[in-house]
Amino acid sequence: MDRREWPLWEVFIRSRNGLDHKHCGSLHAPDARLALQSARDVYTRRQEGTSIWVVRAEHIVASDPDAKAELFDPAADKIYRHPTFYVLPDDVNHM
Amino acid sequence: MSVAIADDLRAAHVDYLLRLGDSALILGQRLSEWCGHAPVLEEDLALANVALDLIGQARLLLSHAGVLEGHGRDEDQLAFLRAEREFRNVTMVELPNGDFARTVLRNFLFTAFQREVMTGLQGSADAALAAITVKSLKETRYNLEHAAGWVVRLGDGTDESHARIQRAVDELWPYTEEWFAPDAGDEALAGAGIALCWSNTRGAWTDAVTPVLEAATLVIPAGTAFRSTGRLGVHGEHLGPLLSEMQVLQRTYPGATW
Amino acid sequence: MYTQAMDIAAARGEDPAPGQVTDAGYQAEFDAKIDRGDFIEPKDWMPEAYRRTLVRQISQHAHSEIVGMLPEGNWIGRAPTLERKAILLAKVQDEGGHGLYLYAAAETLGVSRDTLVEALHAGRAKYSSIFNYPTLTWADVGVIGWLVDGAAIMNQIPLCRCSYGPYARAMIRVCREESFHQRQGYDLLLAMMSGTAAQRDMVQDAVNRWWWPALMMFGPHDAQSLNSGDSTRWGIKRITNDELRQKFVDATIPQAKLLGVTVPDPDLRWNEARGAHDVGAIDWDEFWSVVNGNGPCNQERLAARIRAWEEGAWVREAAMAHAAKSEARAAGGR
Repeated sequence: MDRREWPLWEVFIRSRNGLDHKHCGSLHAPDARLALQSARDVYTRRQEGTSIWVVRAEHIVASDPDAKAELFDPAADKIYRHPTFYVLPDDVNHM
Repeated sequence: MSVAIADDLRAAHVDYLLRLGDSALILGQRLSEWCGHAPVLEEDLALANVALDLIGQARLLLSHAGVLEGHGRDEDQLAFLRAEREFRNVTMVELPNGDFARTVLRNFLFTAFQREVMTGLQGSADAALAAITVKSLKETRYNLEHAAGWVVRLGDGTDESHARIQRAVDELWPYTEEWFAPDAGDEALAGAGIALCWSNTRGAWTDAVTPVLEAATLVIPAGTAFRSTGRLGVHGEHLGPLLSEMQVLQRTYPGATW
Repeated sequence: MYTQAMDIAAARGEDPAPGQVTDAGYQAEFDAKIDRGDFIEPKDWMPEAYRRTLVRQISQHAHSEIVGMLPEGNWIGRAPTLERKAILLAKVQDEGGHGLYLYAAAETLGVSRDTLVEALHAGRAKYSSIFNYPTLTWADVGVIGWLVDGAAIMNQIPLCRCSYGPYARAMIRVCREESFHQRQGYDLLLAMMSGTAAQRDMVQDAVNRWWWPALMMFGPHDAQSLNSGDSTRWGIKRITNDELRQKFVDATIPQAKLLGVTVPDPDLRWNEARGAHDVGAIDWDEFWSVVNGNGPCNQERLAARIRAWEEGAWVREAAMAHAAKSEARAAGGR
């Protein structure tokens, strides 16, 4: 008998319109249709969602935690990207 | 309208609500037996959701039937203190669950039927019934979609799953005949704009289930002379034990509140 | 519900010696994160002992949720009103959901759910021994909600801040849902206590049977709890067994009074000096006996899980076969 485990899917839920889909967990399903249905049954039992995405876990490409330094540290000193970097006269500082 | 006719119509109306309500209740009771025992955890949650929908529908329908009946019986008195012969559920829903194939096939056949009936009841002159079916129809559409997916998966899966669900089709199909048999009460209610004749849903139901069964490579059995009669209160042997389990606390401790 | 089981495995020497570090740099970075109270995420480097402890604890927690569906599930069919039936079914379903969230958290550590489930079925993994007691009356459903879920919440709330991100996030979701369980249990008992004498007797009887097992859920006394050191340091365990147990007793005794029941402990009394309740001696022989498989329902619980798994094998296989056929057809059609 074929005892292969059902593939793993990652579940993303939009809790209400206007917000992004947010990762909320995972589940196992043999196909996309059941993955979506199970996501509904598992992760929206208390009206947590208005929209669901499911993605096969193996299709997600993730950054390497070992590369965290080169990926993310270079942004640290670019403080001029943040609005608080610019000090304006009080009269216009709400800009 | 004479008083006698009005009384007859009311009795048929209560019966009609009980047929829908009891069928939902008994199927919900059966499905809840799966809780903790399903083939995969995701399906434990899914079947419990279907059962919760059905029990919720039963509560609304029985409450409404109790009000209409006018004897002061609420949903619990109707569910827990009626005898077997007073239950009006169709016979198919009282049958034991059997394996997962039989369970999902029954859900599929019955929820497809529920969908047709509820769709026809949206415009009922009984405003309370119409409101109940508007709410229930959403649940039913989803449950049908879930069950249909499984019918196809199992029918077009492995040799074993195909054999199991084909056997379920062969065993359960004859119980669908009961749903479409002509009924004088239905016709009177339909004439008054209150209800939809179940027998009129046969065409739409057949059109709905046939493509799914075909996609599942399943064969619809030839008709037989078998007729079940649960909706008339004459059940098979399985409802009695189910009720003795379901009703045990209310029967053992009369007058207790829970 | 799981802390006790975690201690047990360690006490029996099943655990590998912690600290087999191969890369001192990674270890130092990991230690620094822990010390700062940062979260560890799935792809981050972590010591093998940390990973193993988490897999064991999270999976035992998941198994407890799944096995825990059975004792209460025993009463769904007999719930005395339709509303109580729906509430209980929704509650037991939630336990299944919690098991699912937790298996998913464990899977982020590189072990599949099937592997974890097989370990349970083979008797290699534990689950909370509270579920090896039978549910004999409807009052048991209420008492499980009140005492067992109450004890579980005490155990679980600190885990919402545990160092492993996926576990902490799963626990936040679990705790949010679990508080409904304790309240519904207490509500059920309140209804019974305002009913007939037979109903009140049922409640007291259930409290008598579940009280001590509920206290045992917090695990052995701190002095006997060998594994606490690393787990505490790693933020997997933040409060000791005895501290949690004390907190539970102090919270529960006023609730028992309000309900109108007593707990079966003649030595229980308020200690003014400590500002806490003193509790009688716990029968640890019974605890170990149940943990070691001799509880009233150990065999039945595991057998029920194994049966569901084995009888469901053809279903899981069929779904995979159908998916493969569908994919092949889609590919052929292109």
